[in-house]
Amino acid sequence: MSAMRTLDQTTQEVLELATKHFQVAAGSLQPGDDFFRKLGIDSLQALELLSRLENHFGIELPDYEVQGVSDFKTLAERIQSRL
Amino acid sequence: MKSFSGKALRWEWRDGVIELTLDYPPANEIGTAMLGELEKFAAAMKEHEAATAALIISSAQRRGFSAGADLRELYERSAALSETERLAGIRQFLERVHAVLNAIDSSPIVTIAAVHGVCFGGGLELALTCDIIVADKLARFAFPELRLGLIPGFGGIPRLKRDLGNALVRDLLLTGRSLNAARAQAAGLASQVAAEGEALKLARSTAGQIGKFDGATRAAAKRFIKPIPHEELREEIEIFCDLFRRPAVMAGLKKFVESTDAMPYLP
Repeated sequence: MSAMRTLDQTTQEVLELATKHFQVAAGSLQPGDDFFRKLGIDSLQALELLSRLENHFGIELPDYEVQGVSDFKTLAERIQSRL
Repeated sequence: MKSFSGKALRWEWRDGVIELTLDYPPANEIGTAMLGELEKFAAAMKEHEAATAALIISSAQRRGFSAGADLRELYERSAALSETERLAGIRQFLERVHAVLNAIDSSPIVTIAAVHGVCFGGGLELALTCDIIVADKLARFAFPELRLGLIPGFGGIPRLKRDLGNALVRDLLLTGRSLNAARAQAAGLASQVAAEGEALKLARSTAGQIGKFDGATRAAAKRFIKPIPHEELREEIEIFCDLFRRPAVMAGLKKFVESTDAMPYLP
């Protein structure tokens, strides 16, 4: 998919990737969820997701741009700004 | 001795290949325990040199290759010492680390790091001593030391400069950001990328290929193409020790150790 993705599309793809990576039930993750709390993951597991997201969207997302980010919607916004 | 199993790592020699597995929870932090066993390993590696084509270094810890120096141990030990003792202690530790990493870096054995997960700080410095880095698709590489008021002290900067363009070295060092495996390969840091969970398998296949060639020729080629930056390595120790005097360093270590931040490994 090209850089014509909308933020909603990006957010949906982020949720799908996180669902698949952390093997949770489809539809169980929402844009406003705190992914650390919802998924019970730590920072190193979050970095695995970051790698997956970078590979999927074909971008580089510097760690300092996601420092302090804990919900999927804000994460999607950071990604969107790099598409 | 053809194998060893310790508290922080284990290794085994088989059919001309040594496999060194780091296995120190939670993330193969490099402190006194890991260093002590790496020193013993370096001596054993030397004994097996003539009969060994390749060394593969990998990790059995799920979180990754290594998250770097054991900052908790560094803080707790340093906090208990006077300033003079602290500075002498860190210098001695660095000298020991450098001796081990220089031994791996300069070995005639072809060295392969099979990296998955996090490869940060001292972990990246260990991987950089290797001739070939095979990176799992989800691996990440970083030098986050500046957030502690330090620079990489295990030889990372001279070795990274050896492999990458200076612009990217500056970016990584001065931002502390991590690179994914694809970017690491594009930059020349990792020469191969493996599917998830397959880095060790690829490393073994690579070791098999390396083993087909004459040992003396291999060693001569390696000596020629891989200079050891001795002078810069020494300079790095001096700069690190100089920075370590600063109160901001102990404050940074304390902050890291006491952090409840969800992402303490990030700058």
